[in-house]
Amino acid sequence: MKNIVSQKVQDIRPSGIRAFFDLVLGMKDVISLGVGEPDFVTPWQIREAGIYSLEEGFTSYTSNKGLYKLRLSISRYLKNRYGLDYCPEEEILITVGVSEGFDLSLRAIINPQDKILIPAPSYVSYGPLTELAGGIPVYIDTKNEGFKLTPRILEKHIDKKAKAIILNYPTNTTGVSYTKKELEGISEVILKHKLLCISDEIYGDLTYDFEHTPFATLSGAKENTVYLNGFSKSYAMTGWRVGFACGPKEIISAMTKIHQYTIMCVSITSQMAACEALQTGRKSVEEMKREYKRRREFICQGLNKLGLECIKPNGAFYVFTSIKNTGLDCLDFAQRLLKEQKVAVVPGTAFGGQYKDYVRISYTSSLDNLKESLVRIEKFLNEAQTYGT
Amino acid sequence: MDEILEILEKDARTTPEDIARMLKKKPQNIKEAIKKYEKEGVIVKYKTVINKELIKDTDSEVRALIEVNITPQKDVGFDKVAERIYSFPEVSSCYLISGTYDLLLILEGRDLHTVSRFVAEKLAPMENVKGTVTHFLLKKYKEDGVILKHKEENKRIAISY
Repeated sequence: MKNIVSQKVQDIRPSGIRAFFDLVLGMKDVISLGVGEPDFVTPWQIREAGIYSLEEGFTSYTSNKGLYKLRLSISRYLKNRYGLDYCPEEEILITVGVSEGFDLSLRAIINPQDKILIPAPSYVSYGPLTELAGGIPVYIDTKNEGFKLTPRILEKHIDKKAKAIILNYPTNTTGVSYTKKELEGISEVILKHKLLCISDEIYGDLTYDFEHTPFATLSGAKENTVYLNGFSKSYAMTGWRVGFACGPKEIISAMTKIHQYTIMCVSITSQMAACEALQTGRKSVEEMKREYKRRREFICQGLNKLGLECIKPNGAFYVFTSIKNTGLDCLDFAQRLLKEQKVAVVPGTAFGGQYKDYVRISYTSSLDNLKESLVRIEKFLNEAQTYGT
Repeated sequence: MDEILEILEKDARTTPEDIARMLKKKPQNIKEAIKKYEKEGVIVKYKTVINKELIKDTDSEVRALIEVNITPQKDVGFDKVAERIYSFPEVSSCYLISGTYDLLLILEGRDLHTVSRFVAEKLAPMENVKGTVTHFLLKKYKEDGVILKHKEENKRIAISY
């Protein structure tokens, strides 16, 4: 059985924090601030729509692109909300979460050795999926820019082999997002170099300080953009696995080609539930958004008070906190915090080797839990200081 | 609705300091806003939701929904009669409603007997009460937006990206 695993897969770096994750999963009574999904369950009327579809016998495949009804609803929603025009027949594809949409976009465009630009820190799958598709990930560290990509550093990383850039805003890890004006600056560089922009906007609905601007709405950008979104985060539907990709006909049709052979179609139950989400779920989305926003203020002020600096996130439900003051490496910090105070956070190195002074904290936990975890973190910091590190 | 009210409606124990942190305001301003709501009667009172079915050692309590047909009075309509009825401490809620009857009461009593006696001796004989229909409640599933069963455990895995 020697060398049975392909070289390509062997070359993908194993995640350095797997052992830490196993440690968390094996422990009881932990307050976890390490969860990348909402603590709300899917609103009842959406769950009920899924159940009803099963009762009615909707148990078959759907068209490869997804239920027309769902694509039409998405098209109308994008038109109403952002003035974005996507044709439900040719420019929208229903995917298994944004994860699949993202993988498809890469596989649809990458030729061997093409470079894909990835602002870092980033969601964990961007790099490995680029490699699996035969491309080369080029990470753009944004630490010194307040975790924001700027036209200047973007320009510095572009060369002839650069084919596409991955944007994700609000960002999973830092929660940072971009105003329309900031996006216009970035878009100018992208368009100048004729790059494709793969824009993962799964947290778009959870933007707190200003209106979310889809990249595709920027002047001249739509033809160069694959817009990825889904139901997981804002509708609390992570386990249903429904997302969608919108883009130019040529790219969506290429993506559909791969999708039809690998996935066939997204589960019909989930698609039916997603239809309901678009029809009646907005109120729940707004309610959850208000709750996250309040928790954000609470946790950021709490962390800052403890001397753990963080850049205030504009959206999503993460805070990327500097632990530099503690003198601890992020993995030590996370392990000790878990063992000594039973609070779980994700070490920064999960999102890129250079983030060893950071941990990611999710505020997808009740206010009582957040309060209690701040007390525990304070205790931990005091003890770490007393006994030396 | 003001977010202060939204927060307190969910958890009345949230301190002004915590609310201030969440809404990025000064605790003093929150305290003043709450005082104002209390004074205006927007915030009526703070109470605890108790699932009495889980308390085994107390006297059991029965509840009944009572439909009441009444004759409205000149000038004051239903209000005066309603007041005479809802002033009884046994009446825990009282609503004027449209449809085939006029008032809907929720009654609480120590046992079936107490409730029946109240209806027969106090409510039904009242001058403007034309008729009553009593429904005893058998089981409480949900009350005022709160589902009354043990909290479901968290089904998420403890850590994920």
